[in-house]
Amino acid sequence: MTKITYVEHNGKEHTIDVQNGLTVMEGAVQNDIPGIDADCGGSMACATCHVYVKDEWYDKLDEKSEGEDDMIDQAYEPKKNSRLSCQITVSDKIEGLVVHLPEKQV
Amino acid sequence: MIKTDALIIGAGPTGLFTAHQLKIIGLDCQIVDNLDKIGGQCIELYPDKPIYDIPAIPECTGEELTQNLIKQLENFKIKFHLNERVDEVKKDNNNWEVKTSNGTKFSTPNVIIAGGVGSFEPRKFSLKECEQFENKSIFYSVKDKKIFEGKIITIFGGGDSALDWAVELSKTSKVNLIHRRDEFRGANATVDKVHELAKSGKINLFTKYQLSGIKGSSNLESVEITHENKEVKTFKTDYVLGFFGLIMQLGPIANWGLNLNKKTIEVDTEKFETNQKGIYAVGDICTYPGKLKLILSGFHEGALAARACFKLARPNEKYRFEFTTSSKTIKDRLGVKSD
Repeated sequence: MTKITYVEHNGKEHTIDVQNGLTVMEGAVQNDIPGIDADCGGSMACATCHVYVKDEWYDKLDEKSEGEDDMIDQAYEPKKNSRLSCQITVSDKIEGLVVHLPEKQV
Repeated sequence: MIKTDALIIGAGPTGLFTAHQLKIIGLDCQIVDNLDKIGGQCIELYPDKPIYDIPAIPECTGEELTQNLIKQLENFKIKFHLNERVDEVKKDNNNWEVKTSNGTKFSTPNVIIAGGVGSFEPRKFSLKECEQFENKSIFYSVKDKKIFEGKIITIFGGGDSALDWAVELSKTSKVNLIHRRDEFRGANATVDKVHELAKSGKINLFTKYQLSGIKGSSNLESVEITHENKEVKTFKTDYVLGFFGLIMQLGPIANWGLNLNKKTIEVDTEKFETNQKGIYAVGDICTYPGKLKLILSGFHEGALAARACFKLARPNEKYRFEFTTSSKTIKDRLGVKSD
């Protein structure tokens, strides 16, 4: 289990123990965190699990998958620190990760 | 007014196979889809991605699956209404009266919603002020390129649509192309062409910039863009084009009096009927205890909904279950030889 904190756009925080091996997106969906739609179910075919990762975490995560930036181009208000949460795998390495959710996904 | 036994909303795999099931039991049907092509998410989102969980097909792409489903429907000559979104569904005695965005009207006892995650719509600028210029100075698709001749056009986006239009419009207009990062996701040849045109001054290229403001009264006058490092640029423009891909929205379905659960429609598992008699939901858009969002589940749901349609479309006939391997009637409908 790894602690992940999801911060809604309105500032509400949810800290959840997510099973290692799941993705940050799956951690949110399985725990009913509002603000992550994940319409395509994790096949990197939409951009509705879009999150912002603070700089200090951004560099610690594994590199973006091929094509991830292409999808982020189509996200709502993409920024430099945008990621798709379905492409971040949960492991001990990211214990304490904080992700911020955009105002909306679609 | 088009009369049909069943109207299917959505031409994805579930909608297509549901049509097949309706036709082999002797009902007619027509299909409406908001996209300009058949295939739904399989074609729009992952045409090249292999799918591994279609029974008896070890591996196929979204495009192959779609082509095979279309082939399976070949003999039925089904009428498709593409580029049309169903806007209204209203009760009219025992039938449903359905109206599309193009004004096409249907009268049918059965409406089958196979709408996936809703209809595909262009992603728009998040800046609120853009709405007032939409379809006047700001566009998300190009219908008539003549209006851009000799004007200043500012294009946002980094995919094929943005690049293709930047290249095309640079022949007759002054083009600014703006993208949020340095890499483009278009075809290599087009990306090269854009860089070439940028070098020769035919296209003004700004990367790592995004739209941050617009100015104008009745017509758009200028746009403001901001760099990742916060540097701001403002320039005059007559038109803005935004190409950020498509998003899926439930859209008008939310107004049809159906029981919704988040973005899905609640159905029973016998007929896949909603809380409205004669309206069914199948595939990703429906929900029930144990629902799996798999293509194979959509096929099963469509097969059962089709049988339910029979009762409303042919109230005085009895439905008889038959196998395609043995039924002469079904073989005739399929246009294949009987033994």
